Formats: sequence, structure tokens, C-alpha cells
Amino acid sequence: MATTNAAGAGIVLSRLSKSYGNVHAVRSVDLAIAPGETVAILGPNGAGKTTTIEMVLGLTRPDSGTVTLFGKSPAQAVATGAVGGMLQTGALVEYLSVRELVTMVASVYPRPLPVEDAMRLAGVTEFAGRRTNKLSGGQTQRVRFAIALVSNPGLFMLDEPTAAVDVEGRREFWASIRAVAAEGKTVIFATHYLEEADAYADRIVLMARGRIVADGPATEIKAKVSGRILRATIPVGGPAGPADPADPADTAALAALPGVTNAERHGEAVILTCADSDLTLRALLSRFPAARDIEVAGAGIEEAFMALTADDNNDEPEKVR
Amino acid sequence: MTYPVYLRYEVLRSFRNWRFLFLTLAFPLVLYVLIGSVNRHVQFEHIAFPVYFMTAMATLGTMAAVISGSAVIAAERATGWTRQMRITPLPARTYFRAKVVVGYLRALLTLVILALAGTALGVRLPAQGWLTVLGLFLVGLIPFAVGGILLGHLIGADAVTPAVGGIVTLFALLGGVYGFQVATSGPIFQVIKALPSYWLVQAGKAALGGHDWPAEGWIVIAAWTVVLVPLAVRVYRRDTSRV
Repeated sequence: MATTNAAGAGIVLSRLSKSYGNVHAVRSVDLAIAPGETVAILGPNGAGKTTTIEMVLGLTRPDSGTVTLFGKSPAQAVATGAVGGMLQTGALVEYLSVRELVTMVASVYPRPLPVEDAMRLAGVTEFAGRRTNKLSGGQTQRVRFAIALVSNPGLFMLDEPTAAVDVEGRREFWASIRAVAAEGKTVIFATHYLEEADAYADRIVLMARGRIVADGPATEIKAKVSGRILRATIPVGGPAGPADPADPADTAALAALPGVTNAERHGEAVILTCADSDLTLRALLSRFPAARDIEVAGAGIEEAFMALTADDNNDEPEKVR
Repeated sequence: MTYPVYLRYEVLRSFRNWRFLFLTLAFPLVLYVLIGSVNRHVQFEHIAFPVYFMTAMATLGTMAAVISGSAVIAAERATGWTRQMRITPLPARTYFRAKVVVGYLRALLTLVILALAGTALGVRLPAQGWLTVLGLFLVGLIPFAVGGILLGHLIGADAVTPAVGGIVTLFALLGGVYGFQVATSGPIFQVIKALPSYWLVQAGKAALGGHDWPAEGWIVIAAWTVVLVPLAVRVYRRDTSRV
């Protein structure tokens, strides 16, 4: 809660909203992040992650609500060099070598890291002399990371920082992020990979359709979204046959089965989101022996988000009604 | 703070873009050498044509040299670099100063190259004449330098080139760069006299002697500057969205 954090202690978003045309990109988001936390903003494409990050950075003006960074406005915080980051898109300027570019950015910050240190941490030293237009996609991303590192800010904002980076590059990237976080820096990164959020964040903020739908320790969120989906067909009626007037397999009964986090029923089709699908399956078969066509699959993160936001009670949540 | 390192790399990367630089410099130079050498012995308004035409091409070339910075800015916006720098503490003043310095260095190079070409065609000016050109151009180009930054942040990379081409041609034509005045009296002439390019042409003539650069010139340049600077700063500050 925003109010539990002393003002100025960290990053506070209060009732933050932003629409583009009739699309609600971010809808009344409240979030408080303490200094030194490493927080993943996890969500599918279009969840509002980038818009939220850009409002925190002062690049996008909110329609309503406020952002404070260490007690300052985004513009003030940026002006003091408290913020560094990687935006989701952004090429590098040409006609400079990697070293020259990193040096140039370092020169506008009040307390930059030594350029060579930042380049080593970002893994760009071996091609430091190369012109920025001669780099691969992964190398470009590393240089962008070097730019964030050399800024030596209190807050790192990283919008899908490992896009276009290979597996080895990702590993090195996260090792550097951990080193930075260990120094007490605040790190906020957006991702749509649950594994990344789980492995590298203390806390996961789950966004879907412009809202925060879950917020908590990584392990807790992982349990919520890493369940399985159980699909089955249960004839309308009941164990006594199709004529049974009271349908015992209603949504409430299904939701009450052990291990179920969310239940849906469309005619005969039943979709259960399960934290423990083994437990659910056993219970399902004993209670509804007529159940057939059973299928258990790992829930994709998109489905998990859908399950978590199913009580949204709004078929077209992104549109203004 | 003066941010010398930032300025140095802005200048460096601008001058390493040699295609851009070459094309900026080549246009007035080629025009000058072609037309100037053919008309070497012609008298124009009682002065040798190569002398007159050197100042005319200096006006055109330096105008283009500073305002073409808008194309670089538009490209930086298109790649997202401008936004990346917007989350750094780089002050607007430093950003503007670097862009103006880069534009002026291109303009200075244009002047030097035209002066060398002019000397090759037999142009001789007293030192005071050269200093007058340099000094008055330094002042007269301010609206074009600031206007270039404004255009770069206002217009997309795909449209900035025709915009700049049109503006330079229009200002050059109305200002009298091509050797004739569209009007020499009446309301149209009043409009022309309110253009900074007219006063750049007058600056060239002042350097050749016999003409003054009157207070009206200073006032016109000052007025354009007073209008364009806040406008450019405002547009720059607002220019933070994805393009």
C-alpha cells in the first residue's frame, strides 16, 4: 500500500492512469517500492508495463495520479541523475565507438561509474572500439545496458532488458543486475517471462489489462500463475443421469474441488485452473465419474493471467465503456 | 556545468558523418565554382561577379548548413536515442548549445571552403571584410540554427528533408540570394525585410564595403530569436513520446 511507505522512501505510484484513445493502458495503479528492492513487472503484451515504466520515467504524462521517486517528481529525479535505464526500444547513435558512446553518456551524470567498469560489467569490453552501427542485436542490447550501468543511478528501470539477447548473454546480464542490486540499488524490470521474474526478483507485480492483479513475493506469485489447466467434459445433470434436476457440477462445486484456483463451466465443458492438478483430478473422478475427455496441460502464462483476472467481470476490459 | 565531453562527442559524431558533411558543403561550392568561373569577368552591381556570388553562396550554404541539423535530430528521434537521453540529467540548455555549436561549425567550414574557392577565382577582400562576414553571419544565422532544432523535433524523419529544402529555397529566394529582389518597395518588400535571410545577404554586401548593416537588421534577427527560442525549447520538452 502506498500509505505504508514513508513519503520519499522509494518509488510510489498513486492512482496512476493513462489512456490512449479509447484504450485504457494503465488503470488506477497503486504501487510502492522500497529502496533496494528488485521488482519484476510481469505481464503479457498490452498489460500496461511499458506505459507504467514510461510514466515513472516522466516520458509519458499520466492522465491522472502521481509518481514520486525518492520523494521527487520524475523530472526532478531524472535531473539529479537518480534514474538510469533501458527503454524497450532505442537504437544507439552512430559514428561513435562503443567506448565513446558510453563515455558520452557517463559525462552527463553527476556520479558515473568508471567507463571501463561499466563496460566490463555489461560485457562490451571486447568490442569497445567498434562503431555502434557495426553491432549485432545482442551486442547493441549490451551496450544499452552499459549505458544504464555507467549512469550509476539509485533506480534502474529496465523495460524487457533481455529481448534479443542469447542465453549466455542473459545469464551474464542477470549476474550483473544481481551485483547492482546487492549494492542496494533499486531495480525495476519488465518482462513477460515468468522464469526471469521468479529467478531474479524479490517481488513480482503482476499486471494484466492495465491493472495490478497480484503483487507479492516471487514464490507466491509463481505458485499462482504456474498452475495447470484441467479440461473435461461433464454431462449436464449429475451422477444420476442427465435428468437429475439439480446439477451438482456447477461452478461453485467445481471451484470447491481440492487444488482448484479457478473454475469455469460452459455447457458441458469444464475448465479448471489448478495449483495441484493431481489432487484435483483424483477428486474430480471420484465426485463426477461421468467426467470424460480429460486433458491436463501446463498453463501458459497468458492463461494464468486470464484466470487471475477472470473475476474482472468485463468482456472487453481494454475499451472505454 | 559546461559538459565539455558531451559537446566533444556531439561534434565528433557529426563530423564523422562525412557523407552528410560532404553533401552539405558540396552544393554551394559546386554552384559557386560553376557559375562563378563562367562569369569571372562580369560586373554585377558595380562589383566583380565572383566576389558578389561568393557572399551569395555563403549565405545559401551556411543557412543550409545550420538548418540541416534538423535532419540529424529527426533521425535521432526516430531511432529512440532522443528518448534515451531524456532519462539522463542532460539539461535542455546543454543539448541546444551542442546542436547550435555543431551547426555553426558546419557553417564555418562552408565559409572557409567558399573563401578558398573565391580566392582561387581571384577574390581579394581586406581582412576587415572577412571579419565582417564572419561576425555578421554568426549573428544572422541564429534564427536558422534554432529553427533547425525546432523543425527536427516537430517533423518526422520522413518529412524533414523536403521541409528543409523548401524553407531554405524560399528564404534564399525572398532574401535575394540569387541576385535579384522579388520586390524593392511596397508591402512585399516590407515582408522580405523582416526575413533573416535578407539580412544575411545584406551582411555579405556589408563585407564588400559601401553597405551598412543597420539597426533594423539587428532588430529582425533579435525578433526571430526571441520568438523561436522559447518555441523550440517548448517543443523539445514536450517531445518525449515514441515516434
